[in-house]
Amino acid sequence: MAALMALLRRDMRLAVRVGGGALMGVLFFLIVVAMVPFALGPDLALLARTGPAILWLGALLASLLALDRLFAADHEDGSLDLILMGRAPLELAVAAKALAHWLTTGLPLVIAVPLLGLFLNLSPTAIVAVALTLLVGTPALTCIGLVGAAIAVALRRGGLLVPVLVLPLAVPVLIFGVAASNAAVKGPMPFGTPFTVLVALTLFGVVLGPFAAAAALRHGLD
Amino acid sequence: MRISASNLGCVRGSREIFRNVNFNVASGQALAVLGPNGAGKSSLLRMVAGLLRIDSGGLGLEGGDDELTIPEQAHYLGHQDALKPALSVAENLGFWAGYLGNGRAGVTEALEAVGLGAIRDLPAGYLSAGQRRRLSIARLVSVPRPIWLLDEAAAALDQAAQGRLIDLMRRHLAGGGLILAATHAPLGLDAQELRLGAV
Amino acid sequence: MRLSELANPSHFNALTERVLPWLVVATMLAFALGLYQALFVAPDDYQQGATVKIMFIHVPSAWLGMMGWALMSASALGTLVWRHPLADVAMKTAAPIGAAFTLICLVTGALWGRPTWGTYWVWDARLTSVLILFLMYLGVIALWRTVEDPSRAARAAAVLTLVGAVNLPIIKFSVDWWNTLHQPASVLRLGGSTIYPTILVPLLIMAVAFTLLFVTLHLSAMRNELLRRRVRTLRLMRAAAANP
Repeated sequence: MAALMALLRRDMRLAVRVGGGALMGVLFFLIVVAMVPFALGPDLALLARTGPAILWLGALLASLLALDRLFAADHEDGSLDLILMGRAPLELAVAAKALAHWLTTGLPLVIAVPLLGLFLNLSPTAIVAVALTLLVGTPALTCIGLVGAAIAVALRRGGLLVPVLVLPLAVPVLIFGVAASNAAVKGPMPFGTPFTVLVALTLFGVVLGPFAAAAALRHGLD
Repeated sequence: MRISASNLGCVRGSREIFRNVNFNVASGQALAVLGPNGAGKSSLLRMVAGLLRIDSGGLGLEGGDDELTIPEQAHYLGHQDALKPALSVAENLGFWAGYLGNGRAGVTEALEAVGLGAIRDLPAGYLSAGQRRRLSIARLVSVPRPIWLLDEAAAALDQAAQGRLIDLMRRHLAGGGLILAATHAPLGLDAQELRLGAV
Repeated sequence: MRLSELANPSHFNALTERVLPWLVVATMLAFALGLYQALFVAPDDYQQGATVKIMFIHVPSAWLGMMGWALMSASALGTLVWRHPLADVAMKTAAPIGAAFTLICLVTGALWGRPTWGTYWVWDARLTSVLILFLMYLGVIALWRTVEDPSRAARAAAVLTLVGAVNLPIIKFSVDWWNTLHQPASVLRLGGSTIYPTILVPLLIMAVAFTLLFVTLHLSAMRNELLRRRVRTLRLMRAAAANP
């Protein structure tokens, strides 16, 4: 529908224009990944072994960054009220916002993986595996985060609340994402087994997330 | 088209704001919602807009589009302007026209109608309070919806802009629309009155 | 011309308009001389071969990355303490240029590392410190982009720059210490063990060339930034005037 395209376009424009947008998420990802060797030590073998896990954790945290602003910004200036009065179903409007968030935050993280893989001394196989699992998993992270953001929308002192709500829900995605990456590098499990579960989790999240978020928004009305 | 309310009640945070509110507004008619601050004028409008839960009583709609709810046939002009400072004037209005209605067709005329046509490319963040208000009013003009819910619409507007607003309201009523307006000052056109805070 | 006389943007523009063409010529000459010296006069390393000549880009870039932050810190003081009007313009425009030189240092370091150590990246003390410097540059640039009003952004960026400047020696020390903790055995030296005159002279010429490049780019960037601010002011005036 034209209304949903308008919403998608607007959110993407805002993400790019306001406060560094997409690049801020990638920068945070870069910084978090750069922090890890200071804690673990520069042993390249160790970094290569834990690399997929580090990248997944970094991507998870970076994804969470833009999430609490997802609905809060619209709530603060009254746009959310008007979105609720539109003729497009709220579930689809929420899905459009999620898509905009993923395109401007999640996808750039995936693109940054090869560069960061270099820092962690990952093999090309590992880099491809991590990039692929993140490509499939970041939509799930966005949609799970959507629900947390919708629940916390009206709370002024949200702060760390959204990450606190969202991180436990994201655990399955993290487990299977890292497992699939490691399976591709070391085995003995075939890559396909955890990867298929990851795909299933994402499909589940992509469908359920907008419904849950829309319901949360409606119930969050005074 | 007719909107009617019977025995509407509002409770917010375990405090009763109003109860037993009744009104009946038909096409071409305006309702001025009056009362002191805290009487619940904004809450009443938000109830009609579907943004606030109705605690008791009910709202009825006759006529209009059967497939659509009241909020889907209404424009709400609240205290906030729903404008993004990073987008230009035209981009802001174009988005709402596209999201709420039929696309960007009416944007240019709507901007002219509120006198913002000359600065359509400037970022909305550069506008004064009165200009932002006028941009919000342009939203009502750009997408035709029969019900207008106005909460202190004339706030921050100077004399000329207020006059323009009254003209737009008259045109809306003449076209078969109806208006519910919360206001401190006289509306400037014939309207029924609903006083809150006299409970 | 004293610094205070330069405070007026039109004086600044007039001066730089006269000076810039000469700077461009000087930069090109310096690079021509430096590259000739680096490629044809300096000898190959007996172990690394011609690869060692990456040093002639890698080392000056590192120096300029650090000089960039020093320049930003001086400008930050100018902004906060002396309130020189052009100080924040100098600070803002120096950041992307400093970041670019730092990035060149990192990339050339990685390209140098591949044939020398077999891997694109090692967490050795020097490269790691430069990486942190790069991340700090990106942070300052992000800060400038987040705050719309230039003068508010300037004060925030100035504070961040000064805090960063104070922290940089501490970071360098910590990273050195961390590196010795974890790599007691092989200490990898990037620059070679001794500097012979045949290497030193091209290195210095390249350093001069890079510095001239920095100054040229910086002055041009400051002119652009002044124009950008003028446009912003005009637009604000236009918005205010549009009240029929």
